[in-house]
Amino acid sequence: MSNTNTPSTNSVRYVSTKVLPELPAPINTSGPIAWIRANLFATWRDTILTLLFGYFVIYALMALIPWAFLNSVWTADSLRGCRETIVGHSGACFSVVVSRFNQLNFGFYPSTLYWRPILAFVLMFVAFAPLLHENLPRKLLWFSAGYPLLAFWLLWGGSIAGPLMIIAMVVAAFLVGRAVSAAISPTIGLLAAFASMVIWLLFLQSPLTELFAGIIPIGLESVETSKFGGFLLTFIIGVTGIVVSLPIGIVLALGRKSDMPIVKMLCVGFIEFIRGVPLITLLFVASTLLNYFLPPGTNFDLVLRVVIMVTLFAAAYMAEVIRGGLAALPQGQYEAANALGLNYWQGTRLIILPQALKISIPGIVNTFIGLFKDTTLVSIVGLLDPIGIMNPIRSTPEWNGIVWELPIYIGLVFFIFCFTMSRYSMYFERKLDTGHRS
Amino acid sequence: MKTKLLTLALSAAAFATVATGASAATLDDVKAKGFMMCGVSTGVPGFAFTDDNGDWQGFDPAVCRAVSAAIFGDSKAVKFTPTTGKTRFTALASGEVDMLARNTTETFSRDVDLKFTFAPVNYYDGQGFMVRKSLGVTSALNLSGATICIQTGTTTELNLADYFRANNMNYEPVPIETNAEAQEKYLANACDVYTTDASGLAATRAAFEKPDEHVLLPEIISKEPLAPLTRHGDDQWSDIVKWTINALINAEELGITAANADEMSKSSNSPDVKRILGTEGEYGAMLGLGKDWALNAIKAGGNYGEIYDRYIGPKTNIGLERGLNALWNKGGILYAAPIR
Repeated sequence: MSNTNTPSTNSVRYVSTKVLPELPAPINTSGPIAWIRANLFATWRDTILTLLFGYFVIYALMALIPWAFLNSVWTADSLRGCRETIVGHSGACFSVVVSRFNQLNFGFYPSTLYWRPILAFVLMFVAFAPLLHENLPRKLLWFSAGYPLLAFWLLWGGSIAGPLMIIAMVVAAFLVGRAVSAAISPTIGLLAAFASMVIWLLFLQSPLTELFAGIIPIGLESVETSKFGGFLLTFIIGVTGIVVSLPIGIVLALGRKSDMPIVKMLCVGFIEFIRGVPLITLLFVASTLLNYFLPPGTNFDLVLRVVIMVTLFAAAYMAEVIRGGLAALPQGQYEAANALGLNYWQGTRLIILPQALKISIPGIVNTFIGLFKDTTLVSIVGLLDPIGIMNPIRSTPEWNGIVWELPIYIGLVFFIFCFTMSRYSMYFERKLDTGHRS
Repeated sequence: MKTKLLTLALSAAAFATVATGASAATLDDVKAKGFMMCGVSTGVPGFAFTDDNGDWQGFDPAVCRAVSAAIFGDSKAVKFTPTTGKTRFTALASGEVDMLARNTTETFSRDVDLKFTFAPVNYYDGQGFMVRKSLGVTSALNLSGATICIQTGTTTELNLADYFRANNMNYEPVPIETNAEAQEKYLANACDVYTTDASGLAATRAAFEKPDEHVLLPEIISKEPLAPLTRHGDDQWSDIVKWTINALINAEELGITAANADEMSKSSNSPDVKRILGTEGEYGAMLGLGKDWALNAIKAGGNYGEIYDRYIGPKTNIGLERGLNALWNKGGILYAAPIR
């Protein structure tokens, strides 16, 4: 056998007796140079376009980098100071961001109490964690459920009795609902639970809070809403809107597909009304018109009104996004749920919604991001969110004349959060991808 | 159904309270609350801005502080609500604020139609023009054919159109939204001229890197008397705001300052000074306030001239000369009614 492999020295002039070492691929078929050739300079048209855009990019960077980095000033105490430092060049005066950093982030929140919004912000991630990652202990969900009250208490302060009474209300409503549904029917039970919450809020909440505030002397210094501003406000409005609009949107979407004419009419009416009206109009209604209907001196504060409006607005859009998901499910899924003997709620919870929501993730996150950015509209009704607070900062004797630096910082923060949301949603989609498309 | 009835009942109750609330005395409400609510702008250089601590400062908030001091003897018993040009009037009309000190021009329709009572004018403004010196323009009458940066939806837009039509000139408007945008556009040569209230032009020019390269033209083409305002229907409250401002202007005329007010109230023999500082007569009681109402108002931030100099006067970055806003006996038109 070995003969066949050993070549005869007579018939062939030269045969290598060992395997040649592997050489790297030719430099023009792999690595960065090849990539550049294939993607940037493949044809003469590509070459022209590359050179053209390359010129623009370099031109922009040549202007931007000295302005934003090399010549920028971070420590001056006024625009005048900045200009004195950068005589002869053009440079950014980021000192304004440094000097008003706290105002941009917290508004006029008392500086000694900054730990409260910061703690609330950090805990927000803890509360979201079990919702976003499945391998965390499920017990954390209890913390998530209690987080809104905790955050409210941390941000607004006041006696701990208020949040405790809300917990008591939820427990009471649950007990009432369970008792009634056992005695009469689940639907009536749901209504009874809801009614008991309304009654509690209207008649019991404040006297009980006062009573218990006297008994339990634990409380935080209360902070008025008018002190809220900057990104603190963005997050209060944005996060509340995001968290509350999803369940409301689901209910509205299901309602719109419902067979019950009144439910369907109400949902369609609500969705179409809200979608037919610009958000800015709703904000004006919240900020000005409502005042005429409420008794003077009513303490129904502006931030709360705006949060409600933004949430309802987002919920209407959310409903349509989810309805899209519901419509994408084949009829067979609904029928399968029925065939298994599941009732409407069971079928919806176990079969329909998990699939519909998965399909809707890009749309849902899109609505979230839109909502988060729409919060800047509140500056028009006089709330000092980051955009709103630019105006008083620009009007100070020190910083009058500043133009780009503040929007750059604000844009950067918005980008970080919106981009994070977007990346997370892509990761989430991949994780939920079952590999089969219906 | 239950909740619907509840809502109906609630809104009925709300309407009933509104009906009665309108006639309630603002002063009593304010005293009961322990603070007054004052609407200010969201930021106008010199007139309203927030300092490092987040406190509202400026020419307009100073008026609110003086009123607060007149009522409570404490210039800090005031809660500021930033309002935009769009929300300011509803905020006042609906009772969200008790008074508005927000460089608002006094006009017929705002008084009569929107039903607001204007306090004495605390700043006489007017629309002016700013151009680059290099253009060599010395009068607004040379501006025919110019491109002009102008804020949309304001009275300045209408004034400009009127002025150019009356003088048979044409112009090309460059619409802008905010003062900051105007600065940027003007500096980038997107327009030859920037027009807005003269005080705003001065403040804008002062913030430029090279203010000397720009001039304000001498023509002032409109009257913009800026004054604080209150709702119609509560004369006592309107009187308090009105006479607080009069007291500040009179104090400047009489030489009463924040520093010497206490001493003058004891030592001065001038009957005018005695009346204003409450050592003679019962003027405070007539307003429903304490004897020393004006004394406290003056001590809060100084007399009119001191407030002016602190926020917008020639020594500040804004650098506005007194001009029309000097006292009547010093070449201006500030002429406050006497307190007697």
